Amino acid sequence: MSGKDSDAPAPPRPPDTADGAGSSPTAVDRAGASEVSAAAGAHDPGAEREPAAADTAAAASAAAASAAAASAAAAPAAVVPAAVVPAAVAPAAVVPAAAAGDVVGRLQPAVAVLAAAAPPPAAATGVAVPAGKRPLVHRHHWLVRVTHWANAVLLVGMIGSGLQIYSAFGHFGRRGGPYYPNPFDGKPFPLWARLGGWLAGGLNWHFALAWPFVVTGAAYLLYMAFSGEWRSLLFRPSDVPRAVAMQLYYLRLRKDHPPQGKHNALQKGAYTFILLLGVISVLSGFAIYKPAQLSWLTTLFGGYELARYWHFWAVFLFLAFTLVHVTLVLLVDPASLRAMITGWYRGRFPSHD
Amino acid sequence: MTDPRAARGAADRPGRGGELSRRDLFRLGLTAGGASLAAACGWDGGPHLGPTLHAVSLANDWVGEKLLVSSSRLAPVYPVSRRTPAGLFPAYSISHPLPVVADPAAWAFEVKGLVERPQRLTLAMLQALPRVTYTVKHHCVEGWTAIATWTGVPVASVIALARPTAAARYLRFDSFDHGYFNGWDLKSAMHPQTILAYAWNDRPITPAHGAPLRLYSPIKLGYKLTKFLTAMTFTAERPLGYWEGQGYPWLGGV
Repeated sequence: MSGKDSDAPAPPRPPDTADGAGSSPTAVDRAGASEVSAAAGAHDPGAEREPAAADTAAAASAAAASAAAASAAAAPAAVVPAAVVPAAVAPAAVVPAAAAGDVVGRLQPAVAVLAAAAPPPAAATGVAVPAGKRPLVHRHHWLVRVTHWANAVLLVGMIGSGLQIYSAFGHFGRRGGPYYPNPFDGKPFPLWARLGGWLAGGLNWHFALAWPFVVTGAAYLLYMAFSGEWRSLLFRPSDVPRAVAMQLYYLRLRKDHPPQGKHNALQKGAYTFILLLGVISVLSGFAIYKPAQLSWLTTLFGGYELARYWHFWAVFLFLAFTLVHVTLVLLVDPASLRAMITGWYRGRFPSHD
Repeated sequence: MTDPRAARGAADRPGRGGELSRRDLFRLGLTAGGASLAAACGWDGGPHLGPTLHAVSLANDWVGEKLLVSSSRLAPVYPVSRRTPAGLFPAYSISHPLPVVADPAAWAFEVKGLVERPQRLTLAMLQALPRVTYTVKHHCVEGWTAIATWTGVPVASVIALARPTAAARYLRFDSFDHGYFNGWDLKSAMHPQTILAYAWNDRPITPAHGAPLRLYSPIKLGYKLTKFLTAMTFTAERPLGYWEGQGYPWLGGV
């Protein structure tokens, strides 16, 4: 797709159109199911204007229209022809805006982001769409799915080998202490939780799995950054009140489910947190891998002993996240499990902001 | 230097006796070919993945040596006040009791292999060479750290004396501790903080820390820092090492 900024006006298409709808054997299915972008492009008057003329209203209406389209659950037959349109129209409408370089063109992405970030009308968002009317939407790009599962497996190996390494010296802090607080102080973890058999085995596993972990993590982050998908995932200040509303709903202090896009504000917070944790784990890992050569990095974490301490605590934050993550997937939105496997989602929250 | 494999040198490892015997039992179980759940979780890669893990370890060594080790970047130094109390700085040896030189006057350090001028250096000769003193952090592969002051002659000075030939690419450090030895890359050996140490915390080095002479460097893990030195040999082929040959990362750089 075009640059991330120009993605903004018609929010819901990057994965679908960028997926290469024409090259995949499932191209027809994809196009048919990407009614979100198709319908948005076809019905939005703003999208057909000259890009330089696009204004706040156009961007806002594009966002609203696409959101409405998301829950409209149009029949595939009606959608397939329309799906052809945005492929031609959307890029044409979007690219020149960035290329033109005029003031309006420059402002447009920012305006569109604001419009997309503003709470859409409740009726237009995926608030518990009743079963039976739920549209099938393409939710996760293959790169997201592959890196998600790869990192899940790699993380298991990283944690297992990490706990093996920990068992060689189960304390944190310099020799002579005092050691930092640690409920597991001096206790080796059980064999079933360790990988490698002995310290050298644990080290070799850890340093071998670390690279694919870094590569898949970086691939995911780059995809998010350049596809524009980060908008539906990154927790921003404007999500604070929405997170509060969501929490009130979960606590049953609020009756109706707050409007949301692809993810609700609490999910955004959780996913932003876990990505940050992944980055911190990798950086603290490098800090204790090469504390002399990368001493600047080690210093950032407060020195070798503290870097090792944070690296260790990351394990339990990962485990806690995974527990909550899997529980909520199964209890609240099981359809999202299928979406993370096949890419396709037919569930309660079909919107894609 | 410390014992990277807890099963050996167990007597030196305070407060960890119970764990050690359990590990020994576990390894015994592996050797016996027991296919228990415990063995499965202690998997080191087996005959199929093991070589792959080793290959990745060599790739990591390459990255560490070629990209990360800088011959000018110094490891951080610390004030003397931050030294680890002497009794709390761990030490170990392969042989028990501690290996000691029977006749200190007869001891000498040999520099040989691919060099133009082989050397035989007594302690007095080594002490007459340029001297470096620093207070640095010791990183053990197990994960602990300790700070001490080390004094000795830069390995680079000894290398300059011996004049290695163009074919020399590695160094092998030998000891009189039950055949303990280490292989080093020349770049790390030439690092200004890599020394042949004869003093520890301002006093002649004790037998526990490798008397009369040991290799020391804050850019390597403890198991790379050969104690009880007898010789260093320039080679064209990469020498392994006592722990390195058993699966520990060869470079061991920090």
